[in-house]
Amino acid sequence: MSNTSKPNDPGGPAPPSIQRAMDKVNASLPSRYGAEKRFRIYGLLSVIVGILFLTILLTSIFAKGYTAFRQTFVTLDVYMDPAIIDPEGNRDPETLRLANYNSLIRNSLREIFPELTGRSERRKLSALVSNGAPFELQNRVMDDPSLIGQELSMAFPASADVDMLIKGKIDRSVPEDQRRLSDAQIGWIDTLREDGVLHTRWNRALLTNGDSRDPEMAGIWGAVKGSFYMLVVTLALSFPIGVAAAVYLEEFAPRNRWTDLIEININNLAAVPSIVFGLLGLAVFLNFFGMPRSAPLVGGLVLTVMTLPTVIISGRAALTSVPPSIREAALGMGASKMQTTFHHVFPLALPGMLTGTIIGMARALGESAPLLMIGMVAFIVDVPQGFTDPATALPVQIYLWADAPERAFVERTSAAIMVLLAFLIVMNGAAIYLRRRFERRW
Amino acid sequence: MEAKTMSRDQEAGSEERGGREAVRPTAISRFGSERGSDVPDKTVGVITHDDPVFSCRGVDVFYADKQAIFNVDLDIGRHEVIAMIGPSGCGKSTFLRCLNRMNDTIEIARVSGKIELDGQDILGSNIDVVPLRARVGMVFQKPNPFPKSIYENVAYGPRIHGMARDKVELDEIVHMSLEKAGLLKEVKDRMDQPGTGLSGGQQQRLCIARAIAVSPEVILMARIEDLIDELRENYTICIVTHSMQQAARVSQRTAYFHLGYLVEVDETDRIFTNPSHKLTEDYITGRFG
Repeated sequence: MSNTSKPNDPGGPAPPSIQRAMDKVNASLPSRYGAEKRFRIYGLLSVIVGILFLTILLTSIFAKGYTAFRQTFVTLDVYMDPAIIDPEGNRDPETLRLANYNSLIRNSLREIFPELTGRSERRKLSALVSNGAPFELQNRVMDDPSLIGQELSMAFPASADVDMLIKGKIDRSVPEDQRRLSDAQIGWIDTLREDGVLHTRWNRALLTNGDSRDPEMAGIWGAVKGSFYMLVVTLALSFPIGVAAAVYLEEFAPRNRWTDLIEININNLAAVPSIVFGLLGLAVFLNFFGMPRSAPLVGGLVLTVMTLPTVIISGRAALTSVPPSIREAALGMGASKMQTTFHHVFPLALPGMLTGTIIGMARALGESAPLLMIGMVAFIVDVPQGFTDPATALPVQIYLWADAPERAFVERTSAAIMVLLAFLIVMNGAAIYLRRRFERRW
Repeated sequence: MEAKTMSRDQEAGSEERGGREAVRPTAISRFGSERGSDVPDKTVGVITHDDPVFSCRGVDVFYADKQAIFNVDLDIGRHEVIAMIGPSGCGKSTFLRCLNRMNDTIEIARVSGKIELDGQDILGSNIDVVPLRARVGMVFQKPNPFPKSIYENVAYGPRIHGMARDKVELDEIVHMSLEKAGLLKEVKDRMDQPGTGLSGGQQQRLCIARAIAVSPEVILMARIEDLIDELRENYTICIVTHSMQQAARVSQRTAYFHLGYLVEVDETDRIFTNPSHKLTEDYITGRFG
């Protein structure tokens, strides 16, 4: 370093004053380069730590959750006994609905183990099949009454305990009285498995069913639809309102004490804890306006109030980032304020606004606290069919399942988180895609 | 040219200018004036014009508390090219922006005085700036084409002002404007390409084409590289420039601004050959600027 700093000219050595200055510069170099090197290492370390945490998080969720996408089924040959389903033979839907399908399943299960005669043994045997199995059979028969009188081979979901045993989540070495399955039940399960009656396959119910007390019947479809309806309401309200507010405040509003006050309030609202918006929803939408409890409509309204500040702030930022030369060009042409804004500024700001809105939507999708306050935390089995049906949302469903005592809900919780993450990735991907697409229009 | 100006300077004080209402340099109170050290009390040269389009009297511009333009009186004649020169920050661009009220877009800017366009005061609050700006077009210092196609850039003005009845007429306006701006040959085959993809000089000419597409009466141009001769005959043009060669070549009159004061206005030939004021002379001879 010091070689290059000394001038190599024929005019002789540098004057002493310059030489002294250069000595100081050279002396300071090691510590300057050292500081830079240290800073780079710190930066790299923080990136590595960040990636590490993310990896641990994702790995643990996937490791716990992937098993939930497979479920143990029992294939039984069920004789559709007309005497049990429809003794009068008139195929009345009401009769078909009320028939004792449970006994049909029990009977076919007993045929496999004819040696069991005791009441408690038989009860333990029928506990291997899910409580939801009769309903599946009922649906099948109501859809197609011609099945009555025939013998039908059908796969029923095994109970959650059987499923857990097959997936190795119930330890056989634990003493019998501390285990959810008795030795006898484990024996039957092994027999059924060897016979090929018991097998695992893709767990469709997880994605298509509503919530249930029985883990093997529980699905997230109700929560997904609830979240979907909510986001539709949120998007339909927060995008137009937020964009209109941002455009007005940024382009048209005079700068005075009132607009300053509004700006401060918007910034503060963005930082308000989300549960406060839930309280607001409870007080205003439910108690004052008397809207239905647990409805996606109300959830959407609450999330709209919550996301509006985000949308407005990002919208204003997007508008500010449009170069003033574009505004000047349009105004200089004699375009009115409105034409300048909507022909030039707004299209250029739109990608940024969309990004802000989608990020706001993603936050709304992941929000559970405000929904608890308006009753969306209720246990709701039916899949919602509209904006006013009782519903729950994905994050609330995760919260509910994480709270459930059954062992089988652990993996389902993780699976639901995976689905939520997938939706978030899709939404962020959409944000990136839209931004690219709109930006390509120069 | 510099030497010539220098020698002229010696006789500037004694030379008579018959019939001109010029303020003699000897009349300048150079010291003790609140207007600043060397600036004259009154603009030197001829501020009036026989057939003025613009007639400005006592124009002051403030940015918040700071005054940027001091009491400017100036006439701008019909179909003349007037160049405004002066060092950076002298207020020439600010003055230019007053003429189509572009200073309205700067929140802290305040303009007072009187600017009459064909006898009508344009500074009044009842004046609609939209038709004013259609009449007084502007080409900005930095080329600022819209991020749209070349065609759309030029067609925008006629479209918003409803100047074309149909597509054919609009096409004609666009082609004519590009032709006048000297850009048509270069962009004829790529009218649908983005205007921002052109080179700097081409973008500047695109902005000129965009401005003349609405057939303005006056064109205000801030720092133009090149002024096309054809334009000079049909429009009143005010240019702001740093290039004295350009000012000398294209303009009929030249106004010299200094620290917000209009120091001297006169025929371009006179300004560049025989400036009356010391500051003008110092500037055009390159002593500062």
